[in-house]
Amino acid sequence: MARFVLRRLAGMVFVLFAVSVLTFLIFNVIPNSDPAVRMAGRQASESTIEAIRAEWGFDKSLPEQYVTTMKKVFTGDLESQFTRLNVGEEIRKGIPRTLSLAVGAAIMWMVLALALGLFSAVRAGKFSDRFLTILALIGISMPVFWVGALMSHYLGFKLGLFPNGGYVEFAKDPLDWAYHLILPWTALSLLFIGFYSRVLRSNVLDTINEDYVRTARAKGLSERRVMVRHVLRNSLIPIVTLWGLDFGAVVGGGAILTETVFGIQGVGQYFGDGIAQLDVPPVLAVTMLIAFFIVLLNTIVDIAYAALDPRIRLQ
Amino acid sequence: MTAENRSADLGLDVGGRPGGGWGPSAEGAGPWRLGLRRMRRNPVALAFGALFLVLVGACVAAPVWADEIAGTGPFENHLSDTVVVDGETTNVVGFDGVPIGPTYQGEFFLGADSNGRDIMVRLLYGGRNSLMIGVVAALITTFVSIFLGLLAGYFRGSVDWVISRALDVMWSFPVIILGVALGVSLQLGGLKLGPIEIEGGSLAIPTLVIGLVYVPYMARPLRGQVLSLREKDFVEAARAQGAGPVRIMFSEILPNLASTILVFGALLVANAVLLEAALSFLGAGVQPPEPSWGNMIREGVNRIASAPHLAIAPGVMLTLTVLSLNVFGDGVRDALDPRAKIRVEH
Repeated sequence: MARFVLRRLAGMVFVLFAVSVLTFLIFNVIPNSDPAVRMAGRQASESTIEAIRAEWGFDKSLPEQYVTTMKKVFTGDLESQFTRLNVGEEIRKGIPRTLSLAVGAAIMWMVLALALGLFSAVRAGKFSDRFLTILALIGISMPVFWVGALMSHYLGFKLGLFPNGGYVEFAKDPLDWAYHLILPWTALSLLFIGFYSRVLRSNVLDTINEDYVRTARAKGLSERRVMVRHVLRNSLIPIVTLWGLDFGAVVGGGAILTETVFGIQGVGQYFGDGIAQLDVPPVLAVTMLIAFFIVLLNTIVDIAYAALDPRIRLQ
Repeated sequence: MTAENRSADLGLDVGGRPGGGWGPSAEGAGPWRLGLRRMRRNPVALAFGALFLVLVGACVAAPVWADEIAGTGPFENHLSDTVVVDGETTNVVGFDGVPIGPTYQGEFFLGADSNGRDIMVRLLYGGRNSLMIGVVAALITTFVSIFLGLLAGYFRGSVDWVISRALDVMWSFPVIILGVALGVSLQLGGLKLGPIEIEGGSLAIPTLVIGLVYVPYMARPLRGQVLSLREKDFVEAARAQGAGPVRIMFSEILPNLASTILVFGALLVANAVLLEAALSFLGAGVQPPEPSWGNMIREGVNRIASAPHLAIAPGVMLTLTVLSLNVFGDGVRDALDPRAKIRVEH
């Protein structure tokens, strides 16, 4: 086990390094324009541009720039090219908001997908099952930012049932915190509710035909006990793995769009604002942070799996 | 029973001649014919496939609607024009800056945007861009994935190591993040690669970006299949006959990947269309004034309080398109490869 963990950690370090190089290259080599000219704005004099170039080190060689950038990323000295605000500071402010959104949504989609998927499987082929399948497919097909915007406008602004965007700190007022996050959670969950409930439905339908389920029925267990203890338990394993990985993807992916629509001002919206201004340091930092987070999460999932199932260690 | 035999057929179907397999399937029908038969028995999937074709047809016919019915183009402003609705003359864009809503008549069928442009016309032209990006990006993903999957799976060793690690690194970025990062950095000054020059605002940029970010999702399963296919007897037989690696990869192994590639097809287009919308929504995709469903939603969301029709129309079109592709894609998967666990993140 120790060898497996070591090997997996070495692989992780390699991927992290490659991720940082790739991110750096994306923002420093691909753009076919001079960052100093961009930052100086229109009608800047040659000397101003020269000064910016020297100050930000754009005149140095690429490996040198890579090392300086990485140093700044890890010491937290990265600054926005436009507002000069500290990037690490801004990200730190956003993290509790982004996590509030992602954790809440993850719980919501898991609970609802469990209920709907199980219901759908039990009623397989009946009208209610077909109806839920159609709903699930619609949920998968709608862009989250569009649903979010419509919900925020109609349920929040028009009907006044929910706050129209914004965020309240958990420590200040937990109830108000949840009240402000209900719509964002729902918008972000829809896709996953649709997806997970369908995966669960097909898993349950596969498990239901297993011999041990027949045995459980034969020994006279109640239907409810058979479903929960024998069927559901075994159908959940693939879903729980997906859950871990999707959580990482949501922190980095869906959250950007949801935060932007609801004005949650988390890390995702910070990233989105950075893009709108073509401000490289925030975008680079968030990209790297999220990729690191996902690599870390994947490694943890792998190690946890190996601990549970010794066969995996040999691969 | 035949459904379960499908994956066994994959390996036995020498050369992968469609319909020509001699695997243990019922009535001697090959996997393709069986797939087609199952597809025909799934009217819902077929209906949604037809819906997708209708949507594509409508977008292809955008100039007809623009010229014959609306009488305006996707870029023409009508800020100070008026239109007659139910016998009343109305401003296209009111004095308060609020554009006219749906009129359900030829001109401004779905209303106008804040520049006084006809939403219906832009919706159809935007659909052309969105669908074109989706389809071309899916093709790019498919070709690159097949190429990488074949190379990595067939040669194994160091080739496999390099390709797999590269895919691992790409896999570490959520598609939206990687798409936005690439999209933004390419927009800054366009792309210059030797003789190829793409301008910053070109549609080719989001197409290329979307095509690339989905590669790991398809290349990884293909590589896995190639790894197991290359050990099969028919590959050994081809090698004994003196076939080289290129010949084995393309005429022996590739045909056996066809069903996986087809199953991916529809779902890739659906996800590519969604990703285009997300990128354009964040400003890293299609650049205005060029319309796409994504940047029309972006404008609509910004003005949702005064003119909700701006957001609703493109969102409904986008959802219908993606829904039709998802349902059809599910049908194709059930018909060709019922046990495939295929998943594309969005």
